[in-house]
Amino acid sequence: MNRRNLGGIVQQKGARHLAMRALLFLTLGVFCLYYLAPLIVMVATSLKSLEEIRTGSLISLPQDVTFDAWSKAWSSACVGVRCDGLKPFFWNSVAMVVPAVAISTILGALNGYALTKWQFRGANVIFALILFGAFIPFQVILLPMARTLGVLGLAGTIPGLVFVHIIYGLAFTTLFFRNFFIGVSDGIIQAAQVDGAGFFGIFFRIVLPMSLPAIVVTVIWQFTQIWNDFLFGIAFTVGDSNPVTVALNNVVNTSTGVKEYNVDMAAAIIAALPTLAVYVIAGAYFVRGLSAGAVKG
Amino acid sequence: MVTRTQKPVPFSQKFESWLPRIVVSPLFALSLFFVYGFIGWTLYISFTKSGVMPNYTFEGLSQYERLWATPRWYVALGNMFVFSGLFIVISLTIGIFLAILLDQRVRIEGVIRTIYLYPMALSFIVTGTVWKWILNPGLGIQNFVRKAGFEDFSFDWLVNSDYAIYTVVIAAVWQSSGYAMALFLAGLRSVDDEILKAAAIDGASAFRTYFSVVLPIMRPVFLSTVIILAHLAIKSFDLVIALTGGGPGYATDMPATFMYAFAFQRSELGVAAASAVMMLTTVIAIVVPYLYSELRGKKR
Repeated sequence: MNRRNLGGIVQQKGARHLAMRALLFLTLGVFCLYYLAPLIVMVATSLKSLEEIRTGSLISLPQDVTFDAWSKAWSSACVGVRCDGLKPFFWNSVAMVVPAVAISTILGALNGYALTKWQFRGANVIFALILFGAFIPFQVILLPMARTLGVLGLAGTIPGLVFVHIIYGLAFTTLFFRNFFIGVSDGIIQAAQVDGAGFFGIFFRIVLPMSLPAIVVTVIWQFTQIWNDFLFGIAFTVGDSNPVTVALNNVVNTSTGVKEYNVDMAAAIIAALPTLAVYVIAGAYFVRGLSAGAVKG
Repeated sequence: MVTRTQKPVPFSQKFESWLPRIVVSPLFALSLFFVYGFIGWTLYISFTKSGVMPNYTFEGLSQYERLWATPRWYVALGNMFVFSGLFIVISLTIGIFLAILLDQRVRIEGVIRTIYLYPMALSFIVTGTVWKWILNPGLGIQNFVRKAGFEDFSFDWLVNSDYAIYTVVIAAVWQSSGYAMALFLAGLRSVDDEILKAAAIDGASAFRTYFSVVLPIMRPVFLSTVIILAHLAIKSFDLVIALTGGGPGYATDMPATFMYAFAFQRSELGVAAASAVMMLTTVIAIVVPYLYSELRGKKR
């Protein structure tokens, strides 16, 4: 193959360079469309009436914008036998995600701090054993967890779900904070020790204030994971205590009456809105969490 | 660390030096109990004849024999291989391709990256719901193309038991390929500029630079991306439930949905536990060597 043809990508001038750039942007644009199309279809469909969905086409924009599907999805769609819309389940998810994220983040910070800044014997082995918990397929703990929640009297409740998310979130939060604290100089800790500060004093007054970036990454990661969780929600809650993901699945798969695609789409957007908002507002931290949770062991 | 060897150590200092261990122990104990203890419980149950209720009499391998005599399990395994293989290869290809394109000093890179990656912020249930609508033969793509004038066009994979598994691949690739792109882009950015300059001075084309210089350097990124995607694929549960519900019939069953069905719908705890153990074994075979090399590499 002719070398010069392909060398165009890095050449600075000329018509060939221009053509390559055009091709580059065209390709990038096509992929933008690929990723955005389902979102556009989802929003457009949610704003159409059922009549328009039947007569119109998949990608056509709504002619008469109506928010009926949205209000129905929020407050009167049927989830199983109950017809109060997604609202109660959305608040279930809020009630689940707030304590679960807060507690697992604090515990992870404490764990990561103790394991890195106070290197005692066996700290690395303990870390490796805890980390493994981030990789297990959760199917392997479903059965004993269901029984344990029953014994604790937490079966089918939101506090039970919070408990499960804290336990299995700990591996991730510990990982995030450990990776962050490893980069923090031991000198700061030693200086504080010389000044007479203790384990918790150093943690609350020195380490925690400086670990704001790690806290943001961890909170966003945990929030996304827990809000989007489906497996624990469907296995450990029943009916009224379902989180919004389970309720969404029930709305979509309710087979009674006419299939209302516009309500399904509106419900899907409602369920996705919190994590999408976090992504749009704090995307950079989200990406950092993805790569920290992934690449570094 | 401060040394305190000379004088006899007062109690408060001794306590202080044990404090990190005291803080870590309960958290470590939780992990031991809820991860390793529970794995042990599931493992043990898989060796008993537990049915609707757990039964703690040791029975040997009979549940595994039943599992491997269940046709549905073979469907689930076959689907897992087809799905994982296609999902990993396609996501990797799209990921590398887009990362290289975005590496060409694109000014609005930030915006484009945000668009490519946003599906990762969605729940698989949301992704499944959207794609179920788009792939729905009655009103989705098939209907759209037919109305555009191609009356004979047919795209009914979602309801066709031979092809339904590929719809799961379509939706999963849409959700996760941006993630592969982000990992590769980060990898490309960490490649030393000097190497690129040297290649350019030697007269290598951009194409050759990428394929014979940059991509080989990025082998670790490749490895971790494949492992992350494989790990996602083996655990996939939500997407299957939301998109196909495991159907038509059980045509799109995967080990994760198989386990769930046997544990919570058919109440065959022993078979469910055996299938969960098989999943765990697969994940361990993939993840443990990787974690081991990562953690060892770090210490040096």
